[in-house]
Amino acid sequence: MHDFAPSALRPIRLLIVDDSNIMRRRIERSQHIPHLQVVGSASDGQQAIEVFRATDPDVVTMDITMPHMDGIECVEKLVQLKPDVLILIVSALADKATAVEAMEKGANGFLNKPFSDRQLNEALEELLGLATAT
Amino acid sequence: MIDEREIRTFVYGTTQYFEVAAQQAASLGSPYLATQGAPEVHEYTGVISVSGRRQGIVYFTAPRGMLTVLLMKMNESNVSHENLCDLVGEVANTISGNARRDFGNQFAISVPTVVSGASASVQPPPDCRPVVIPIHWRSHSAKLVVCLK
Repeated sequence: MHDFAPSALRPIRLLIVDDSNIMRRRIERSQHIPHLQVVGSASDGQQAIEVFRATDPDVVTMDITMPHMDGIECVEKLVQLKPDVLILIVSALADKATAVEAMEKGANGFLNKPFSDRQLNEALEELLGLATAT
Repeated sequence: MIDEREIRTFVYGTTQYFEVAAQQAASLGSPYLATQGAPEVHEYTGVISVSGRRQGIVYFTAPRGMLTVLLMKMNESNVSHENLCDLVGEVANTISGNARRDFGNQFAISVPTVVSGASASVQPPPDCRPVVIPIHWRSHSAKLVVCLK
């Protein structure tokens, strides 16, 4: 069971996976979740698995359409490596079937591109269980 | 051949991209059928190949100035050639991917291919009339070209 409450001062380790460099930089720059620390990034699914093994993240943002290995296949492999990893799909693919397939493979949330900074942070907060009722 | 409802999907996707990613709406001209071969491209073009339920290409083509400002609006300070290529591909990918909301997951899209430079061109598949959607954003003009059968 995760404890990502603000009182848990341990950094939350984030891996960003996207074939677009500007999207990776944007996610890193725009996220403002307390204690969420970017520990690595990868530009395709194969590289993501290598970086995942090296950095042991708690949370992953995952694009779907990428070369070499797509995000859906990568989610399945990451969940095998660490069943309690939290994965937020960040993708332009806007159909329900893709979202359902990603969830079935083990993803925990879905954020459509394009997104605003607020939408990104809300999606991460919800993923981490930090969202507060308004 | 793409129909009016499908064109509206791409018009909506393009509008949505600028409103959300650039935080500033673009105005779109009336879509039209290209009558003489491949529509001309600007300095940077992101091309998505489409397969599955439909076949063809979708491309977003824009001048350097527009992409530079777009990057800056996204708080990206690195406006290198590599990042401009990255952005034009990402725009094409996002608009094409969003089209699956209406087209479904049998509308399969590739990772983007980017072409750049004054002599660049994009060749639509034969037997396919491209539909051009003009895009005006700030003082810049770009276009989305949808060529599907």
